[in-house]
Amino acid sequence: MAEIVSLADGVAAVVHDGDVVAMEGFTHLIPFAAAHEVIRQERRDLTLVRMTPDLIYDQLIGMGCATKLVFSWGGNPGVGSLHRFRDAVEHAWPRPLELEEHSHAGMANRYVAGASGMPFAVLRGYAGTDLPAQTETIRPITCPFTGEVLAAVSALAPDATIIHAQRADRSGNVQMWGITGVQKEAVLAARRSLVTVEEIVDRLDPQPREVILPSFAVSCVAVVPRGSHPSYTQGYSLRDNAFYTEWEAISRDRDTFLHWMDANVLHGEPIS
Amino acid sequence: MTSEYTSDEMMAVAAARQLRDRTVCFVGIGLPSMAANLARVTSAPGVVLIYESGTLGAKPDRLPLSIGDGILADSADAVVSVPEVFNYWLQPGRIDVGFLSAAQIDRFANINTTVIGADYRHPAVRLPGAGGAPEIASSCREVVVVVRQTPRTFVDRVDFTTSVGFGRGPGDRQRLGLIGAGPRTVITDLGILSPNPTTCELTLISVHPGSTPEQARAATGWPLAVSSSLTTTDPPSERELSELHRLEASMGMT
Repeated sequence: MAEIVSLADGVAAVVHDGDVVAMEGFTHLIPFAAAHEVIRQERRDLTLVRMTPDLIYDQLIGMGCATKLVFSWGGNPGVGSLHRFRDAVEHAWPRPLELEEHSHAGMANRYVAGASGMPFAVLRGYAGTDLPAQTETIRPITCPFTGEVLAAVSALAPDATIIHAQRADRSGNVQMWGITGVQKEAVLAARRSLVTVEEIVDRLDPQPREVILPSFAVSCVAVVPRGSHPSYTQGYSLRDNAFYTEWEAISRDRDTFLHWMDANVLHGEPIS
Repeated sequence: MTSEYTSDEMMAVAAARQLRDRTVCFVGIGLPSMAANLARVTSAPGVVLIYESGTLGAKPDRLPLSIGDGILADSADAVVSVPEVFNYWLQPGRIDVGFLSAAQIDRFANINTTVIGADYRHPAVRLPGAGGAPEIASSCREVVVVVRQTPRTFVDRVDFTTSVGFGRGPGDRQRLGLIGAGPRTVITDLGILSPNPTTCELTLISVHPGSTPEQARAATGWPLAVSSSLTTTDPPSERELSELHRLEASMGMT
């Protein structure tokens, strides 16, 4: 059963140095507040997993938390480059960053395999691309029934997955709705999980297109209002589009970035 | 009488015209989303827009800033998970048209969005990567590419094949088992290119008003073939331009 904890205790309980950590949220419900707590707790040598490592992973990478990134699209959506990600890959700053690179379809299927307890997933993908030559976790596989050659991708089984959701009840059952991406699979694929929520309620009133994660499938729940900012939480907060644009200038220069992180994350009050 | 417009606006309008009414279209953010939404409010009101965030049949009344914009979920016929959108909707070939962009595109319409430079481990420029593009390029019935034409972008051979156009030429798509027909059209800020049916090589078939084949050749990193029946693209109509301006002004507004 999920324990209801503070953000700091939740992060300390699920994320340890050297872990494989997934933080998901497909432009909606991105767990920024929890990532900031990971930065404040100075976790190191993480393998970070995420389909779309946008601003949240730019910050973790730039602060030196990661040695490896497993991903399928790394940019500032609608704006441009991720400068801290690029600086790490192009100039090894603040430390070298190993890449394990897939397509979205490949990553999504890897989470499905992890959630299903399978060692790999099969898809019709990657044929003719240069990705399999660079990525160990993509291999050809022959269909035993038709002989068709398909792509096998190894399962993702993170040590910890962190997501943000709209709400939980007092027993720790989690409810989310809107664009729910790959979060259910990412939580079920992981050994430990932390879900930050906007609020805890007595009763989870049904919502259109809701996804429920039963309490027994979640390790920790922490109440963090606006925990997805500058991303958004449908029904609770709007996306701060201006901040995504401002990040371009904040992140371009190393010192400007470090100064911003110092002022806004390291010495900002942890929200809990 | 047509008002002033930019080459980017001409490109968006030309791309929108590629989308036939009542087709199902897989849309990426940026120029493709601009073009697809312009088509929906002009020539193709019945077009079905699918975003990789899992929104099927999105009908945004303003331009989304990101593929996860809430307006897409609010206005969609269905919202499904990301594994579902790729496995159930894209992979089996249910999508008519995929709209893609590129950092590099080569003479066989192969697309690079991964790295610039020969060494993947030590790239000159690290680009965002694949996203949904490899499977969009392989599985949609056809693909439309929207990209500005420069010698840096239009290269003889891409540094990295992120998404396959026609590989190294005729027969490669079949050999690789790709179920879609591949790129049908490449829309640029200078004109329109289309693969030669025999050689699969991108050929200039139309120039936008004010552009010339010489300009297109100069912006292309291989000896660009020009169709013997080269046409001039119709300029944007008043309606196309006013709808485009409305969409541009609405970008990311909430």
